[in-house]
Amino acid sequence: MSHDIPEEKLPEAHDASHGHEVAEHGDPFADPGLPAHEPRRTDIDERAAKRAERQVSLMFIVSMLATIGFIASYVIFPIDKIIYVFPLGHISALNFALGLTLGVALFCIGAGAVHWARTLMSDVEMPAERHPIEADDEVRNDVIEQFKTGAAESGFGRRKMLRNTLIGSMALVPLSGVVLLRDLGPLPEKKLDHTNWIEATEAKPIQLINMNTNQPMKAEDIEVGSLTFAKPEGLEESDEDFQQRIAKDALMLVRIAPEDIKDAKSRDLGFEGVLAYSKICTHVGCPISLYEQQTHHALCPCHQSTFDLSDGARVIFGPAGHPLPQLKITTDEKGFLVATGDFAEPVGPSFWERS
Amino acid sequence: MSSASSVNTDAKPSSGSTRAKPANKFEAAADWTDGRLGIYSLARANLRKIFPDHWSFMLGEICLYSFVIIILTGVYLTLFFKPSMAEVVYHGPYAPLDGIKMSEAYASTMNISFEVRGGLLIRQIHHWAALVFVAAMLVHMMRVFFTGAFRKPREINWVFGFLLLVLGMFDGFFGYSLPDDLLSGTGIRFMEGAILAVPLVGTYIQMFLFGGEFPGTDIVPRFFTIHVLLIPGIMLGLLVAHLILVFYHKHTQWAGPGKTEKNVVGMPLMPVYMAKAGGFFFLVFGIIAAISAIATINPIWAYGPYRPDQVSTDAQPDWYMGFSEGLIRVMPGWEVRALGHTLNLGVFIPLMIFPLVLVAIAVYPFIEGWITGDKREHHILDRPRNAPVRTALGAAWISEYLVLLIGGGNDLFATHFHLSLNSITYFVRAGFFVVPVVVFFITKRWCLGLQRRDKDKVLHGRETGVIKRLPHGEFVEVHAQLPQDKLYKYVAHEQQQPVAIPAQVDENGVERKVGRLEKTRAKLSQGYFGEGGQIPKPTAEEHHEITSGHGHH
Amino acid sequence: MKKLSARRRHPLAALVVLLLALAATGGLYAAFAPAEKAQADSSAQSLAIDEGKKLFAVGCSSCHGLNGQGSSDGPSLVGVGSAAVDFQVGTGRMPAQQPGAQVPRKKVAYSQTEIDQLAAFVASLGPGPVTPTKDQYTSTDPNNVSKGGELFRTNCAQCHNFAGQGGALTRGKFAPSLDGVDAKHIYEAMQTGPQNMPSFPDTTMPEEQKKQIVAFVRHTTNDEPNPGGLALGSLGPVTEGLFGWIFGLGALIAVAIWVAAHTTKAKKS
Repeated sequence: MSHDIPEEKLPEAHDASHGHEVAEHGDPFADPGLPAHEPRRTDIDERAAKRAERQVSLMFIVSMLATIGFIASYVIFPIDKIIYVFPLGHISALNFALGLTLGVALFCIGAGAVHWARTLMSDVEMPAERHPIEADDEVRNDVIEQFKTGAAESGFGRRKMLRNTLIGSMALVPLSGVVLLRDLGPLPEKKLDHTNWIEATEAKPIQLINMNTNQPMKAEDIEVGSLTFAKPEGLEESDEDFQQRIAKDALMLVRIAPEDIKDAKSRDLGFEGVLAYSKICTHVGCPISLYEQQTHHALCPCHQSTFDLSDGARVIFGPAGHPLPQLKITTDEKGFLVATGDFAEPVGPSFWERS
Repeated sequence: MSSASSVNTDAKPSSGSTRAKPANKFEAAADWTDGRLGIYSLARANLRKIFPDHWSFMLGEICLYSFVIIILTGVYLTLFFKPSMAEVVYHGPYAPLDGIKMSEAYASTMNISFEVRGGLLIRQIHHWAALVFVAAMLVHMMRVFFTGAFRKPREINWVFGFLLLVLGMFDGFFGYSLPDDLLSGTGIRFMEGAILAVPLVGTYIQMFLFGGEFPGTDIVPRFFTIHVLLIPGIMLGLLVAHLILVFYHKHTQWAGPGKTEKNVVGMPLMPVYMAKAGGFFFLVFGIIAAISAIATINPIWAYGPYRPDQVSTDAQPDWYMGFSEGLIRVMPGWEVRALGHTLNLGVFIPLMIFPLVLVAIAVYPFIEGWITGDKREHHILDRPRNAPVRTALGAAWISEYLVLLIGGGNDLFATHFHLSLNSITYFVRAGFFVVPVVVFFITKRWCLGLQRRDKDKVLHGRETGVIKRLPHGEFVEVHAQLPQDKLYKYVAHEQQQPVAIPAQVDENGVERKVGRLEKTRAKLSQGYFGEGGQIPKPTAEEHHEITSGHGHH
Repeated sequence: MKKLSARRRHPLAALVVLLLALAATGGLYAAFAPAEKAQADSSAQSLAIDEGKKLFAVGCSSCHGLNGQGSSDGPSLVGVGSAAVDFQVGTGRMPAQQPGAQVPRKKVAYSQTEIDQLAAFVASLGPGPVTPTKDQYTSTDPNNVSKGGELFRTNCAQCHNFAGQGGALTRGKFAPSLDGVDAKHIYEAMQTGPQNMPSFPDTTMPEEQKKQIVAFVRHTTNDEPNPGGLALGSLGPVTEGLFGWIFGLGALIAVAIWVAAHTTKAKKS
């Protein structure tokens, strides 16, 4: 029915393309060719062009003013001045002023340039020819011929010994670089197998020190449902190797009524229901400590591995592959919680050499 | 080049050149430079180089400009940042950390944020620009993907772009790890765990990278070198190569009147694109500066310094590492222990899928090229609907990426949508396999639907909104024939025919071996272009028949 | 909550708790009945307990039992102490509206006087943590913020996030945001370990440290400015990523559309 519609309903703009005569019975799908250029207001109306020029200049002037504003803000605002700006809240006056003035100064240069291009520079679309990327056969054959000549002259293919020794030397020389990397770090040896709790023995036990108070703890200090973090006696935050040691030694202490502890071995490792688990997740080593005291579940905030602390820290959800190691604890003669040895297995993420 | 250099041979007498006297100082300076650098022949090819106009062609520019912004602000930050893990006690202006022990890296970042005037702004511009940089690279890559701009001769440039994306992601990771705050330290700890999960060499790599046991005192200085020197250096090289190829290949263009595979239609570099592209740099910089004025990014003072026994929930990487975070979070905790060794599959499998997700999209141009067997150059872009299988594959890939992003933010989805963390994780586990398949089929059908609509428009014109009553009482909407330039847009694309499944028997009736690879290729080709893969384009005959009055619908 | 610690079983504990409860309720009682100030403390206390018992019978006993012994619908309240009541009722968590993974904070149903009466009654059932006094949770030393921050990052941030914005726990449970929570309630939560939150008793986290943590939380959720601009919820990189995509890349693409668009043509006239 479309041919019933009078032509004048169509936007006039399309008339331009009709300049390219399409034969009545020719291919209706043929490329009509580039449409004729249509002028913009600024192309035909000098007043519009002048207005555009003023707009562009105005933007450049605003940019200049903003840069002056930037320098002024830098000088005027003290770095610690906090102002309230709705809806951002209480923010640094300096950061806000510098950022906005810099933003405006830059944006206006860009906006001015683009407006200039859009209104005053020619917008006549023109075609440029493409040339095939591929070289023609003559060039191709010429290059191959040249290469062959060069290769033959070098004798690379003919003199096998030359070639092989060159390949050999080139293959070996990077080894020097590889060797030089050796001192990047020590060999793993058995470093990951043990924590510093290994220094504890039956004869010389090591006290568990409360991370908060920096004091040893008695079993009765740890209430059912409470959560406490501990480190080995003698480890101080000011120690040079504190970070390295706490990354392995950190403990999470909970107390679960002995009858609620499902795993007998775990109960024996604890003391009157006080259980000392490694705080380091067995997945990739985050300090796991989201302890739900009613369910006895401990969740890792990084990847949500969930361990049941009432059941030997069995993994009940998430990507961890094995339970949190548990440190055997008891009390010394003064009644303070102590460890008498290391974890039975390596703490933290598993690794290839872990048996 | 040759013509220019032959003119400027040194054999000439003292006048130096046979060239006519320059008209002014500018021309003189240009002549001087040309005599040494041969700029005229270079400029002749490029000064009035034609670029087509489309907003989606500017996505790459966003990447380029944010990269420049990152370099500029990054250099400024190195003037104040101390890549050292030596311990200091903080006594700066930020009271909530007064007297707290921290590394020099963290303390110097505090100094940049609270004592260097404008330091916080530059830090925020650097970080916001980094987020935008990677986001823009991904969107740019998707634009190239969905329009088929990766086809010959641009496959290598696609790979350059892909490498830039991957390097950009990792450089971002190394960058946000430098301040040694509680969040980034947690990220490094994750990286350590992931390295340990690598069979055979994991512990060695870990010890060599960290210079001993975690965290040691080497990792921040080493990351610093990687972040500011190694990766940006490689990226700069790739970027230059990427841009040279863009110039060399000339830009692709959308199909339209007057646009062919043999030309490029647009406006010249000088002056239009110098103004537009040059101006766009300032626009990008201005917007990122304004964002850095109004929104905080990476408030390291609020996180506190890193300690391996402390952590905050919402421990996520920056968004571009979010999909790998999702992989890690939703993987079941599989671990194999045998023969005195432990294989931590719960970490190792995600570690292997992570590059696969990226490589899957990187190798696509080569796979498609092999299936179609198309050896021609392509400079006219495909409309996504006209390549339904490719578009559907791309959409499936994006959906996979999004599913993994949800996995990476599962705790925030749980708290903000009042859902169970565990349920989200189960959903992501299933969704990892199901969602891309569903999205593939929906997208493909959608594309085919759009193709049908295009065909309709071509044959029956556009709906005018005018209702007409026919003599026998029926009401119909009047359709207007499309003008020829519009018509051309809908029919300009070519439709490929599937590769025939090779006959088992040759023309002489002798049985012949057909390789499995060849058969697979033919089947895939059928899937791409066979029945159900595309709607046949309207032909001129169909059009003629309908427009000449016989074609009542 | 269900189990009594060894210390709580101490024969003198009941007396100590009673005395503390007296001290705590005394002041409020003064406000409640100023005319009867002359009355002996003990009778004031028993009056509060009586009032509390009546309130308890109406509002709480259907789940917790008439004498707070607990039932299938609610735990025993023997030994939870006045602090637990003050926290649970004072933050609107109790009375609970419906069963679910976790009882959320909501509009408070009782006046502070009624809460104190309920607390006095529950405290009378068995010794437990006592509602803290203003001195206990109000910090005057400015250094407490940084000390509290360090403690917060060790003990609290893993669940409540570095800025006290809360976070997810397993199966729909969550650590709530600490925004706008009263100092007293923060203190009580640490004392009593409400719902799945572990407790941080004075034996492992002394009063002074709780005060420091309260000081840090109040500072970080109330007074701390955001020098860099919008805090984006203080939720870390996820919201930053969203913001970067929507407002960063979004704005840039909008500008790119303007840059690349054809300028409006002059209409033929």
